[in-house]
Amino acid sequence: MANKILVVDDEPNIVLSLEFLMKQAGFQVRTAADGEAALAAIATEQPDLILLDVMMPRKNGYEVCQAIRANPDWKDVRIVMLTAKGREVEREKGLALGADDYITKPFSTQEVVERVRELLAEAG
Amino acid sequence: MLGDGIIIASALAYMGVLFGVAYYGDQRADAGRSIIANPYIYTLSLAIYCTAWTFYGSVGLAATSGVDFLPVYFGPTLMAVLFWFVLRRIVRITKVHRITSIADFIGSRYGKSGLLAGMVTVIVMLGILPYISIQLKAIAASFSLLRQYPEVTRLVASTQHPAWMDTTLYVALVLIVFTILFGTRHIDNTERHEGMVAAVAFESLLKLLAFMLVGVVVTFVIFSGPGDLFQQVAAQPELAPLLRFEVVPGGYGGWLSLTFLSMMAFLFLPRQFQVLVVENVNEAHIRKAIWLFPLYLFAINLFVLPIALGGRLIFSNGGVDADTFVLALPMAEHMPTLALLVFLGGLSAAASMIMFETVTLSTMVCNDLVMPILLRVNPRWLAGRTDLSGLLLGIRRVGIAVIILLGYLYFRFIGESYALVASGLVSFAAAAQFAPPILVGLYWKRANRLGALIGLSGGFLIWAYTLLLPAMARSGWLDTGFIEAGPFGIELLKPYALFGLQGLDQYMHAVFWSMLVNIGGLVAGSMLGRPDPLEQVQGSQFVDVFKRERHDGDALLWRGVVETAELYDLLARFLGPARASEVFDRYARDHGGYPLRADSRLIHYTERLLAGAIGAASARVMISSIVMGEVLSIEEVMTILDESTQVIEYSRRLEQQSRELEAASAELREANNRLRELDRLKDEFISTVTHELRTPLTSIRAFSEILLANPGMDVEQRSKFLGIIVKESERLTRLINQVLDMAKIDSGRIDWHIGQVDLRTLIQDAINSTSQLFNDKGATLREDLGDREVIIAGDHDRLTQVLINLLSNAVKFCPEQSGEVVIHLRAMATCWRIEVADNGPGIARDQHKLIFEKFHQVNDAHAGKPKGTGLGLPISQKIVEHHGGRIWVESEIGQGATFVVELPRRA
Repeated sequence: MANKILVVDDEPNIVLSLEFLMKQAGFQVRTAADGEAALAAIATEQPDLILLDVMMPRKNGYEVCQAIRANPDWKDVRIVMLTAKGREVEREKGLALGADDYITKPFSTQEVVERVRELLAEAG
Repeated sequence: MLGDGIIIASALAYMGVLFGVAYYGDQRADAGRSIIANPYIYTLSLAIYCTAWTFYGSVGLAATSGVDFLPVYFGPTLMAVLFWFVLRRIVRITKVHRITSIADFIGSRYGKSGLLAGMVTVIVMLGILPYISIQLKAIAASFSLLRQYPEVTRLVASTQHPAWMDTTLYVALVLIVFTILFGTRHIDNTERHEGMVAAVAFESLLKLLAFMLVGVVVTFVIFSGPGDLFQQVAAQPELAPLLRFEVVPGGYGGWLSLTFLSMMAFLFLPRQFQVLVVENVNEAHIRKAIWLFPLYLFAINLFVLPIALGGRLIFSNGGVDADTFVLALPMAEHMPTLALLVFLGGLSAAASMIMFETVTLSTMVCNDLVMPILLRVNPRWLAGRTDLSGLLLGIRRVGIAVIILLGYLYFRFIGESYALVASGLVSFAAAAQFAPPILVGLYWKRANRLGALIGLSGGFLIWAYTLLLPAMARSGWLDTGFIEAGPFGIELLKPYALFGLQGLDQYMHAVFWSMLVNIGGLVAGSMLGRPDPLEQVQGSQFVDVFKRERHDGDALLWRGVVETAELYDLLARFLGPARASEVFDRYARDHGGYPLRADSRLIHYTERLLAGAIGAASARVMISSIVMGEVLSIEEVMTILDESTQVIEYSRRLEQQSRELEAASAELREANNRLRELDRLKDEFISTVTHELRTPLTSIRAFSEILLANPGMDVEQRSKFLGIIVKESERLTRLINQVLDMAKIDSGRIDWHIGQVDLRTLIQDAINSTSQLFNDKGATLREDLGDREVIIAGDHDRLTQVLINLLSNAVKFCPEQSGEVVIHLRAMATCWRIEVADNGPGIARDQHKLIFEKFHQVNDAHAGKPKGTGLGLPISQKIVEHHGGRIWVESEIGQGATFVVELPRRA
């Protein structure tokens, strides 16, 4: 069965591009436009991996990340943070909060797909 | 019962006790453990002011004129109030300059003038004789009265006996011996007499005790309490006026002049100057004396009136001299022990005054009169003697004998006809002559020697003419005609009514004229004369004694050359070799040795030591006789002095600067914090801008890569993706433009093109530019712009930018398909108002200000944020404000938002 990816971003065009890429790579895709919608989607859709934007209304990416890691049911969910803030501290912060990877916008489409694949392969 | 033997023996025994106290005091002083170094002894020693005048004379005066005895004590009490300002300054100067007497003080102040110091000495000698005479008279009279015990009779004037039978003469002779024993045992370079001060403090206690004892006995034993006493007085018609003020001769004016005289006398009588200033060990003692000494005066005056009134009641036949009531009352009541105690109290009051006054005076005579004359007349003879300390002592001893004998002569030939107090006041008036040169010299730098000489001699002549000569005339030594009719019949020159000034009592009259001439002469002479360098230096050092840090300005005047050995020899001649080596050793210890050829500092050191022994003026002459060389000019000395003043000033400025630096560094810290905050804001700005730039770029790159990687994509999807790329590119472009705009406006580098602008057409343009947005969203726009041109001065493009921004914001937040935007243009009193209202979700109140901040976008509950840069409103605000207008929003959640722009009519 194909892995399920949740794409979370408040920029519809970015969501659209990621959705296209993930589907093309053979994953099931769900989307959410803010933090709270993302948490609701995780509960119902049980994604294997989340592509999570940081700067969002109503719970930013860090808060969502924290909430996921606080719930033992979701410990296997892979989290890839996406941010347009390129500073090293942001990256450190995301990883410290339990993200598995961290991708800076604008990203290479090829790289995003590769990273997602790698992470899911690791997880088995 | 009280035979001559007992009286004389107790008197001598008492003097012996005093001598013992003095001896002990000297011993302790030599051992370095001074017994007078405490404020209580200091205060008691000031009570030397209370002489036989106080002890006997106050009662005598009160017996005839009631409270008239009081001004003489008000004066010192008032002066005590001024101690901290006047006395402390004098004491400091005296210590710094090693001044030995009042003559020395005045001489030093006016350029170490020997002439002036000599003149002061002469005035003191002549002026003090009446005062000394009344002490002699009091001792002799009390002795004569007491030996008749228990009889109390009016005494026959002793001057009616031949001199060798006159008790007063023998009293004088005994006092000469004691004074020489007390005061000239050795010569001291500081001219301080610790032993004598201790003895004075002791006798001050005794006389207070004796007097108060008599007072208590009279009030409570002879009469039954003050109530009884005053009642009996009030019952006697000729005594009752004594209880009222009206009997005071001269009235208030008389009081005033007496108070003034005693204020000055308290400070400037030679013995007062000695105990107050020269013998002062510690300036802090003055602080206690300020209140303690008036207390002593109060205590000793408490019973004056009761004793005087009691005497009047008991000796109602007038058979007893009121000046002797204090002694006569215990005698009449048959109290031999008390009578003897009173006699001793009076004796000690009188004797201590005579001894202290004459020792002080003899020092002045020696230092300021005899030595300068010797130095001038026969310097070679003086130079030939190796040890002059013996000579100095000899001169002083002779001086003491001469002064006391002169006092006796005054008594015998003039004073007998005067009451105690009257003679005393003549002396007070003489002492008051020193007030102008000292007090003015303390505060006015320009006061100079010429002024002091003119003032002092003028004041002295007036004193002699208005007080001394009339006294001699009254005693029969001069024709009294010149008193009544004026000399040579010139009425204007009558000594009691000079230049027609009448209606004052003789003391007030004398005080008025002598002070007028004295002060006038001082001021006039000072304005006219040119002071020499030494005068200027001394003047400046006296006036600035609390300001300057170095007090050796006069040392700078020595630039000559002398062998150190010569200086040593000179000092040894006056102080003795032992003392001279001691002080030279001390100098070497303090300064790390002394040079072979003395420098100005060592010369000055020697001069000051010498000044302690022979007075400033003589010391100056002695030193200059062996120091060869030029004298610095006043400019040079002043320069050096100013340098030291400048150092003080400089350090003051340094302090000031360091305070300023502190303040500046606090400011810098503050500024730094502000900068750091700005830096943080800038970082945040850049980070936000970066974020905002990356977002559209992300879409552009992603879709470009997708299109590149999928050449076979169907046309519809391809054109959708391409559309996104175009939109995001536009967004990116807009964003970059706005960031640049913002940066330009912020840094003030924007070019404004101000011209005539019609707001109506401008709004119309903006509506046209945004019509596509309205169409896209299905929103309607209503406009209410009036029908006339609205011309203001402004930048057309920038104002258009503002309106486009507001309109596109409005449509952006409108609901799909049902959006309604209304734009108004209204004329207000002083401005034009443009309103852009939408029916969007509204803006919470707490956001109303924030939305005008950079990159602040409303994060509301609605998912999916409207596309914006977060710079539109901040830029609009800057533009409006540049036109002198205002922009704000009026809105509530759920009720749409109205953005208001006001532009002044005259922009």
